[in-house]
Amino acid sequence: MYAVIVGGGKVGSNVGRALLRMGHEVSIVESRPQRFAMLEGEFEHMARYGDGTEISVLEAAGMARADVCIAVTGDDEDNIIIGQVARGQFAVENVIARVNDPRNQQHFDLLGVAPTVCATESILSLIEHEVPQHSLVHLVSLRRENLDIMEIGVVGGSRADATALGDLPMPRGTLVISVLRDHVGRVASPETVLAAGDQVVVIAEPGQESALMEIFASE
Amino acid sequence: MFVVVVGCGRVGAQVARGLVEDGHDVNVIDENPEALQRLGGDFAGGFIQGVALETTVLEAAGIERADAFVAATNGDNTNLVVAQVARDRYEVECVIVRVLDPARARFYEERGLVTVCPTRTAIDSISQALRTFSATDGEGA
Repeated sequence: MYAVIVGGGKVGSNVGRALLRMGHEVSIVESRPQRFAMLEGEFEHMARYGDGTEISVLEAAGMARADVCIAVTGDDEDNIIIGQVARGQFAVENVIARVNDPRNQQHFDLLGVAPTVCATESILSLIEHEVPQHSLVHLVSLRRENLDIMEIGVVGGSRADATALGDLPMPRGTLVISVLRDHVGRVASPETVLAAGDQVVVIAEPGQESALMEIFASE
Repeated sequence: MFVVVVGCGRVGAQVARGLVEDGHDVNVIDENPEALQRLGGDFAGGFIQGVALETTVLEAAGIERADAFVAATNGDNTNLVVAQVARDRYEVECVIVRVLDPARARFYEERGLVTVCPTRTAIDSISQALRTFSATDGEGA
């Protein structure tokens, strides 16, 4: 596999190093002269100097034959443009982009640059997972599929407590995947009878949170 | 009409002043509060200090009711992203974006953005002036 990484900061250089170790071919494009000099010391000819949002620079880096473009500069507007140019100009099928400011996630989504990775969002969802403020926690957002995977704690006396999954009035566009009880996870079936303290993992179309809370978490 | 201009540099400020002189409503966005000075003390339009990538800033500038949108910051990529946001999210009818890099300007023009490329204009004008010279005074030179 050939990967063109645009942005040779901590993220870009570490991804490059890991891909090389896995036996892949890599180019890293970096526009800051000092940073480039460092990269060149380690990556030699695989480090390329230039503004990765310039089409000619991407062309020289071999974007046309890239299997994947990884846009991980520190500027969200740059990562969006790199993603659009990689797809539109060079027909690269796989683009992975870094979101620096979570408020810009909506622009990546709107302009078709996906999938994205956002460190701030990941940390926040980890915090939510480790220190839950609510009994409903978002685990994963499958943006392209327009689906969310979330975990909900079953509250005693709720509609779901002591009820078989098959008998629950699940909202359209939601599905219970698994039930975690006493640290053991099991794939859910209609016969599974829930109990207070269970953690259910649900896959759902967006906007179903309150309907799900109504079933699992309201006494 | 009502126009939102992003970027209050030489280009943005003069475009905004011209629009106001022609009797249009204008709001200008720039992240630097001192850019306001470029509009002159008598500027009758609005000025919003903020980063144009933030939708709260765009909305404070009234993008939802804008008839036209001009992206003229000194960053090509910022201009290209906010212009697409104006077109695709806020459905502004007329979106004009300044792009200094001719290659990027062409790429986005092919994708339906109205781009203005000062670099391309300079190249064309200089080449044309030289061609004119060579065809007359410069004969045999």
